[in-house]
Formats: sequence, structure tokens, C-alpha cells
Amino acid sequence: MTTVGIDIGSKYVKIIVLKAEGIVASAKREGGFEQAQVANELLDETLTDKGMSRDDVATFCSTGAGRKVVDFAKETVTEVSAGSRACIELYPDVRTIIDVGAEEGRAIRCNDTGKVEDFAINEKCAAGSGAFTESMARALELSVEELGKISLESSALVPMNAQCAVFAESEVVSLLHANTPKHDIAKAIHDAIASRIVSMTRRVGINMPIALVGGMARNVGFVDSLNRSLEDTVRIPDDPEMISAYGAALIAADRSN
Amino acid sequence: MAKEFWRWKEYNWHSEEIDWREGKIITAGVDVGSVSSQVVVMVDGELYAFASMRTGSDSPDSARNAMNWALEDTGMTLDNFDYVVGTGYGRVNVPFADKAITEIACHARGGNYMYGPTVRTILDMGGQDCKAILCDERGKVTNFLMNDKCAAGTGRGMEVMADLLGIPIEEVGDISMQVEVEPPPVSSTCVVFAKSEAAGLLRSGWPQSKVLAAYCSAMAHRVVSLLDRVGVQADFAITGGIAKNVGVVSRIEKELGVTALKPKHDTQIAGALGAALFGKALVEKGKGRKKAAASA
Repeated sequence: MTTVGIDIGSKYVKIIVLKAEGIVASAKREGGFEQAQVANELLDETLTDKGMSRDDVATFCSTGAGRKVVDFAKETVTEVSAGSRACIELYPDVRTIIDVGAEEGRAIRCNDTGKVEDFAINEKCAAGSGAFTESMARALELSVEELGKISLESSALVPMNAQCAVFAESEVVSLLHANTPKHDIAKAIHDAIASRIVSMTRRVGINMPIALVGGMARNVGFVDSLNRSLEDTVRIPDDPEMISAYGAALIAADRSN
Repeated sequence: MAKEFWRWKEYNWHSEEIDWREGKIITAGVDVGSVSSQVVVMVDGELYAFASMRTGSDSPDSARNAMNWALEDTGMTLDNFDYVVGTGYGRVNVPFADKAITEIACHARGGNYMYGPTVRTILDMGGQDCKAILCDERGKVTNFLMNDKCAAGTGRGMEVMADLLGIPIEEVGDISMQVEVEPPPVSSTCVVFAKSEAAGLLRSGWPQSKVLAAYCSAMAHRVVSLLDRVGVQADFAITGGIAKNVGVVSRIEKELGVTALKPKHDTQIAGALGAALFGKALVEKGKGRKKAAASA
């Protein structure tokens, strides 16, 4: 049996094609303002590439902020359930999941079957999401990857006063004017967002071990700050941004059985 | 370099009618805000000169620059002041100030001067914060609430939107009034997300005026919730840069059901004006520089 999980995030559309033996295809593309169209095209391309068509798929399950925009998915699931389900598949002992995407941050506490016990979401404010590091990288004229890397070179403790991403951008510019080294500013940025994510996670309760998923898990600077703040080493899957799509595909399979 | 649509006009002014050399008490208020800096010079309680400019990365320099500009062509120097009061976010970094007073107190005092003793609620919409201040007939603060954590509802948020749309910040309000039917407000609170939302609305074919109307009404709604928590009492007045934006002001008035008093002066100088007035009061209590020198 084949199932497909589609995650329509605020920035990217992600697709996982799943069979009993495991993931057979995975794809990701920027959604822009035409998420539904991008999802349809990406789905057909991915399936065709594997010599399949939509008729070969038993169930489509969508997740993510835009999960309702695709009409071919009869099943939908929240990204909280999808993330939890996928993490338990990968790390059966994980009990806390931190998911930081482009415009949302989530903390999830789950039981041994991947059932969600409690969760918290920040979707109102860019200060706890990937958008924060994107703004800051822009102010520093670096790519997000570079921002993450140079952050590791710093051991300084530069406080960031601003919480708001808009104000923090001005603060970063002021720090630059005051000749603060870029790597120290980068660390301050990652420490600031990590501390906000950790405080949200504490509200749902931290049960070790912890998994980190979502696109921000690719940012080495953020991961370093998060590990220091949690005093632990979070587990990160190979494709952290594909986790919700993977979870949706797994749930589609669960529901079909 | 790309045109900076957020960049509002910097300006200075001084009175041709007042001869400061005849004045008994000369005081200055220096308001170093997070986005703009203002200097107000008062001669015997009359507004004599002011300057308003963008705050640079260095507070003392911003204070000095604004002061030099306010005093341009007046013949006045720092030595002529009886008292200088610093206020605003950078108030402790005004090198030539005799005292620092919080911007809440100064805005209430300045609002009282600008709008008269009947004003009880002053909404200060600044560059990086928004304050709802209640005061008595003498301009003394009785209660206040402020948002300085989030750019939603501040001038910075409006600057971001002006830049996105490529519309000079001074024109944003007027253009937002060109809609015939009021659109639903932008749903994102966060300015970063509202920017993406606005870009999406433009892509879907909304005219600029409709997008701006949606953003102005979202901002008005945010601010009204702050005002509701502090409890609005008439008369009501607005100070700060956003007070010049008819798109936000008219939508606040509509949602509150209260009309704001019309300003007699530039709304951005309220804080510095209040600071200069505090300076005058302190001189009258014998705290001035000249008197201190005379008695020494």
C-alpha cells in the first residue's frame, strides 16, 4: 500500500511517498502564493518520477498551515499530531518534540505511542520562528546558513534586549555600528530565539529525550544555543523539515489499516 | 541605493517673533527616542524652537545633532540654557542634560500643553512603542499602559509597510482613505507576518489603498485594545508620529467612538515639549544653572 503525506507549510510544500518498506520519494518546493498549484505539480512530478500515478496511492493526507488548500487530500491531520507520530517512529524513546518552522514554533509532549499529551504553539509572533533568523541574517548581510556557522565561533555573551523581530533588526544594526563582531551578534540572535523556544517547551513540560524537527533544525547555531539552554543534546533526524509530511503519510497508513 | 519610502521628513523651526535674549527662563527638552530624536527650546514657557530627526546608532550624537539643528540660525548656544531635561529611550545618554525624566511623564506634560488642560487620555504612538496615558488637569500621570515589546501598533511597523508598498510614509494615511468599502483588517499581529500577508494581498490583486486600509485598521484595532484596558476618558488626544497618519487616527476614532483633539503643534515634539516644561518648573523652584552659579 502506498500513502502520501503533504505538508503545506507557510514557506515550503513538502511531500513524502510512503510504502510498507519505507519512504520511496520525498520532495520539497517553495509554495509562494500559489500553494495549491505548487502542491499539485510537485505531487505529479514526484509520482511520475517513480513510475507511479495518483491512482496508485491509497490515501493522501495533508498537514501544515495550508492543509486545507489541497482538495485531493481526503485526510487531514494537524502538524502537532503528524510531528509526534513521525518522531515516535524514528525515536521510540522520545517524549518531547520541538518543531521550529518558518513562521511557527511548537513544543509537543507525547506518550510512548506518539499520542500527544500536551502542546504549545506560537504562530502569532516571528520572534519564535525561522522568520526571526531570516530577518537577522538580512540585517547582517549573511545567508541563514552562514549566520548559523559563524555563531559557533563565538563564546561571548551579548544580550539582546528586543524580543520583536522588527526591533531586533534595529538592535542588530546598532550592535554592528558599535563594532560588535558579527559572530557574537549571531550567537546572541540564536541564544535569544532558543531561550524563547525553551520557555515555551517548559510550559508543556520537558520529558527527556528531546527531538528537534522543522527547518530550523538545519541551523547549527540555533541547535548549539538550544542544546546549551536545555543542557542536553537534542536528536535531529536527517531531513528535519520533512517530518510533518512523513508523519502525515504514516498516519494515512495507520488509518488505512 | 533603493529609495527609502519609510524615511520621513526631518525638520527644524524657530520663532521669528520671540527674542530669546529678552527671555528670563530658557529651557530645553531633549527626547532621544528609539527611532526619532527631538529637541524643543522654550523661552519663558513659550515654544521658541524645535528640531526633529532620525535617531542614529549613538544616543549622545543624536542628542547633539538634534540640538545643533534646533539652535541653527538662532545665535543661541548651550550656555544660554537655564535647564536641560533629557527624556525618551536614550534619556540617560544626553550629555548636556541636567536631569532625566521618563517619557511617560513628559508626554503627559507636553500633551497637556499642546491640547489644553481638558485632555485626560493621551495616546502616544511612537517609533518603537505605544503608550496609553491617563493624566489630570495639570498633566500629571494617573495611570498608563504601554507596549514596547512588539512592533505591531508602532511607527516602525508602519515604516515596514510603507517600504513594502513603495509609498512615502507621509502619504500612507491619505491613500488608505481612498477605499470605498472598508476591507477586513490584516489578520496577522506580527509585523513580519503582516508583511507577508500584505504581499499576498497585493499579489491577489488588491490595490495599494485597500492593503493600506487593511493594515491601518489592524493597527487601530491593536491600539484600541490597549486603550480599552487603561480606560479612555475624554478629552482624548494622540501624540507621536502616527498621530499624523489620518488612516490610523480616523480608524481609532471610529472604533472608540471618540474624536481626538486637533493638535496645535507638531505631534512628534510632545515628549521634548514636556521635558522643556519640567525644566522651567525646576528653574522656578531654584534649580537652574544661572541661579546655582549666582548663589555659589
